[in-house]
Amino acid sequence: MSEVLVLVDAVPGEGNVVVKKPTYELLTLAKRLGTPSAVFIGPADQAGTVADAVKAYGAEKVYVIDDAEIKGYLVVPKVEALQQLASGKDLAGILLPSSAENKEIAARLAIRLESGLITDAVDITAGDGGGAVTTQSVFAGNFTVQAKVTKGTPIITVKPNSAAPEQAEGAATVENVSVTISDAAKTAQIVATQPRQATGRPELTEAAIVVSGGRGTGGNFEPIENLADALGAAVGASRAAVDSGWKPHSFQVGQTGKVVSPQLYVANGISGAIQHRAGMQTSKTIVAVNKDEEAPIFELVDFGVVGDLHTVLPALTEEITKRKG
Amino acid sequence: MNIVVCVKYVPDATADRRFEADNTVDRVDVDGLLSELDEYAVEQALQIKEKRPDEEITVTAVTVGPEKAVDAVRKALQMGADKAVHVTDEAIAGSDAIATSLVLAEAIKKANDGSVPELVVCGLASTDAGMSVVPPMLAERLGLPQVTLASVVETQGDQVRIKRDTDTATEVIGGTMPLVLSVTDQSGEARYPSFKGIMAAKKKPLETWSLADLGVDAGQLGLSAAWTAVEETAARPPRTAGEIVKDEDGSGAAALAEFLASKKFI
Repeated sequence: MSEVLVLVDAVPGEGNVVVKKPTYELLTLAKRLGTPSAVFIGPADQAGTVADAVKAYGAEKVYVIDDAEIKGYLVVPKVEALQQLASGKDLAGILLPSSAENKEIAARLAIRLESGLITDAVDITAGDGGGAVTTQSVFAGNFTVQAKVTKGTPIITVKPNSAAPEQAEGAATVENVSVTISDAAKTAQIVATQPRQATGRPELTEAAIVVSGGRGTGGNFEPIENLADALGAAVGASRAAVDSGWKPHSFQVGQTGKVVSPQLYVANGISGAIQHRAGMQTSKTIVAVNKDEEAPIFELVDFGVVGDLHTVLPALTEEITKRKG
Repeated sequence: MNIVVCVKYVPDATADRRFEADNTVDRVDVDGLLSELDEYAVEQALQIKEKRPDEEITVTAVTVGPEKAVDAVRKALQMGADKAVHVTDEAIAGSDAIATSLVLAEAIKKANDGSVPELVVCGLASTDAGMSVVPPMLAERLGLPQVTLASVVETQGDQVRIKRDTDTATEVIGGTMPLVLSVTDQSGEARYPSFKGIMAAKKKPLETWSLADLGVDAGQLGLSAAWTAVEETAARPPRTAGEIVKDEDGSGAAALAEFLASKKFI
């Protein structure tokens, strides 16, 4: 079976790095196409931590590319590293978690490897002959598209929550890879980074439940946040709420913000304009609370409450807390 | 200094967007317009020019698309771009992002007398395909670095600094021209064309080029040459509205709690 490379999504934790869930989702999808290998670009001394994590999801190899020379620069050094790793290998695919940076890496890599690129897949299966067939959700979630790569190695970026991670024992043999990074790759530099304050809530795009607020909050997100915490959910916001300065852009759900596809989406005080629908329409279950019974959001809900979020949400939060004991 | 802005003509997101029989996006029968997200790119290009009044700066808008796509560059001219290029050729229809980036890269070079301009400005994504991959592909093809997804843009001499919000942090990125810059809808409201701008646009140079003008082999383009193939497109079954209740004295919260419990969310 051909090898499938999966770029590991890992973030700095307390002491060691933490491998994130999309990595396991991608390894699960990779197994459908061939033999999964994890690719970790990060501090080489974290190789053991990463190997322990991906071993349980079927990774046979763990390629480790030390990032001492790479970090601090944008995109291109990682492209060169992946290009060198991929060359000479017979690959059934290269899968990357769909983040903004990874899409840019994939875009440049596709041209260098003369390979077709598919972004934001929500599912991957093996088609006739074993090649990858992807499913994407387009036009604000109104259409699904099945596609495949017809040239080179399929390079696919995959959205979070696209598969349920399946445990499978892998050898997870660590292989250190040395790469040469050109000077030309180091021309766009990260001058300063200010990490966002941790909220203790799940990541918006990865969360199983998202509770969002819009214009109807009037700027008071307390009922939204309290409900989110009772449900263990992430907090989102509509463009109207972001444009009003009530929440930073990183909270925005919609066409120009995050596209989420959780198990449950709770829209509060959000009318449901196309811009917002594009970001949440593929959620499994949708619930809305809105004062205006004519709000278009009610056309897509599984359950809707016509009422004031400022009274409905606190009562709901109390009821949930009570039920959870 | 030369600034090239890439703009795309897209089907109106509020119209009934659809696919054609060959699974390509219907770009002809559905009303189109300049992608809203590219207006921010035009705006930032114009602002860079306006902030550097002592220099001679030319802003060129470039688009690739069917006949009607000329509307996209026309709007850019009305907003204040100095000249425009529309690349159109039947052989381009059905091209994927990889092929589109090839045509755009060649058009950008030709618009700049064969060399790479100091700045190429793009929007965050198109509002139809929304892949956000053309800016990095262009950078790759032009051999340039990329600074992308800017919410704030500053330039000084040949230095470019941007601020951007990633999922985990706010970053400041620095680069040296020439480079490819992409901007988000947070970068600043795009201006409306003034009446004067609309009148002036009619006299501005607008060139139409074919693939032959660019020296690009038509065999590298179009649906059959794409490196990806769409096998099937299907309209998602429309969501049917579920139960809607009116909140009366707390009944809404109770009913919602019942619903969430029935779905095992609580």
